Amino acid sequence: MNVIEASGLGKRYGGTWALRECALAIPAGHVAALVGPNGAGKTTLLHLAVGLVAPTAGSVTVLGGRPAGSPAALDGIAFVAQNTPLYKNLSAGDMLHLTRNLNRRFDQGYALARLADLGIPLTRKAGELSGGQHAQLALTLALARRPRLLVLDEPMAMLDPLARHDFMGTVMTAVADDGVSVLLSSHVLAELERVADYLILVSQGSVQVADEVDDLLAGHRVLTGPAAEAGRHAERLNVVHARHGAAQAHLLVRTSGVTDPVPPGWEAHPVSLEELTLAYLREPGAGALPGPARARYAEPTEVTK
Amino acid sequence: MTTLTVPAKPGRDASLRPVPWRRMAWVTWRQHRLALAGVAALFGVAAVYLLVTGLQMHHAYAAVAACRPAGSGICRQVAGNFLNTYAPGVGPVLGLLQVIPALIGAFAGATVLARELETGTFRYAWTQGFGRARWTVAKLVPLAVAVTVAAGAFSVLVSWYIQPIWGAGDDNGPLYPTIFDLRGVALAAWTLAAFAIGGLAGILIRRVIPAMFATFAVWAGLAFVTGWFLRRHYEAPLVTTNPNFAAPAWVISQVWTRGGQPASLSMINQTLRPVDVQAVTPGQFQPGPATPASIDPVHYLIQHGYTQLTTYQPDSRFWPFQWIEGGWLLALSLLLLAVTVWLVRRRAA
Repeated sequence: MNVIEASGLGKRYGGTWALRECALAIPAGHVAALVGPNGAGKTTLLHLAVGLVAPTAGSVTVLGGRPAGSPAALDGIAFVAQNTPLYKNLSAGDMLHLTRNLNRRFDQGYALARLADLGIPLTRKAGELSGGQHAQLALTLALARRPRLLVLDEPMAMLDPLARHDFMGTVMTAVADDGVSVLLSSHVLAELERVADYLILVSQGSVQVADEVDDLLAGHRVLTGPAAEAGRHAERLNVVHARHGAAQAHLLVRTSGVTDPVPPGWEAHPVSLEELTLAYLREPGAGALPGPARARYAEPTEVTK
Repeated sequence: MTTLTVPAKPGRDASLRPVPWRRMAWVTWRQHRLALAGVAALFGVAAVYLLVTGLQMHHAYAAVAACRPAGSGICRQVAGNFLNTYAPGVGPVLGLLQVIPALIGAFAGATVLARELETGTFRYAWTQGFGRARWTVAKLVPLAVAVTVAAGAFSVLVSWYIQPIWGAGDDNGPLYPTIFDLRGVALAAWTLAAFAIGGLAGILIRRVIPAMFATFAVWAGLAFVTGWFLRRHYEAPLVTTNPNFAAPAWVISQVWTRGGQPASLSMINQTLRPVDVQAVTPGQFQPGPATPASIDPVHYLIQHGYTQLTTYQPDSRFWPFQWIEGGWLLALSLLLLAVTVWLVRRRAA
């Protein structure tokens, strides 16, 4: 099952396309990271997926074919928007009761236990919580709905490092306990490296990379060798990004398999997720797409975490 | 653990039972109880004022009503004294009460959607399982009903309050613009319309303060056009040439004609110059120092070939007019609310 599937998806605001010709199929059971520069269309993509905005072109479905924003889709998705908007004048207890009334499922026991763990009193108004507690409250409300897909838009942007760590701790516990699929957008690459096992890179309104992190890491490597030879090798290698020093050149290349020969006098290194992400962000023209909705995602995916 | 290993069956999931409507009752109450308290306070303060001054007025009016023989000179003087004492205070009160629908529209109506959109909380509310179109209906409809019922109850009090003024024979009857829309079904209908205007302004403007001002402006324009241009045409007005016309009615206009042509004020003044009378308006004459005491300007003009045309709506048309105004305002309100829900559904952020 694909938690999100889009084809030809586009959204235009006025005369500019925030997202265009987006094809995407994110299989279930992943913590998928949505990465891209500001204005690349990340928030637009997430809002399309949760049904907050209607597409200008194309279509997007969630949780195995439910139209985004339909009652069935809303029932299975929990969304925590950027800056985690909550009613400032309502207490944590009221927010719990509110969310419970607005949904078919609500795990009151889980929510109360989480708030107790976090040290958030039920009588405290949402507007009086610290940034970290505020985000945790929003996340708790989302997870207590027992969603099958949790969508988070820049959840860590406003948080200090400790709060980030705690926030992602809550997310990863839910992933381990319930097998909830997660799609989160973020700028914090280092944090993503720790949690994400699926990467979607968008830039300039279109999807540049979308694949499992393990496959991406296995399919890319950095070749280091004499700068003078770099141009010659680059012609027959699939170079994503080249970094030239005075004597040595570093080529981040996409490989077709582990057996690709390394040119004599060159060294091959594995690539880190952060390196790989930065390379693609620097080269908006490069792409690594497995193609939308590959057949191998059709079978149910077991959670291995 | 099991959620992901079982493949989704969209067919079955799509037929999920929706979250029951009654669950929104608490949500709407919790989030709008302050606005409802404000509406209650507004009507409460106005009601206390009307009750206190109304009781005084009714007390004083008891002497007018008890005067015998009714219609005698002394009784007319008692009634006149009563009106001189109380009528001047009533006009401004009725004027102030006019803005009640607008206040409710701005504070209770415009804020419902504008606040969500301005603070970004719509991203929370509209992604919950309840669904945003139903959420909007479940908020707007109960609030609309609440403010409409409150306004309807209040208009009964206004009717009681104004009774002595009419009992004593005040000129401005129930069709007069500043009282017509405070009685019958009109106040409830105007309040509902202002609320619906506010709701629509909220989704269109998406900011609280501008939406409130827009609600006020649109309501003011609609109320003005209705009161001064539209209402008089609900039924064809009656016209009389009787200069002593005194039926209970809302006089819309009085004009003079001569030979079938409308007579201008300067024409009238020229005719009246020999008796030194100045016409301030077609119905109001200012005698000069040389005016003979026996001269009645109206009769004088009729003797000189003029005809006075009085256009009016009889007070007996009060209820038909109430139903007409209530009817179209109700239709307008339902339309505006439907458009609001449709916009929430269609036009996302």
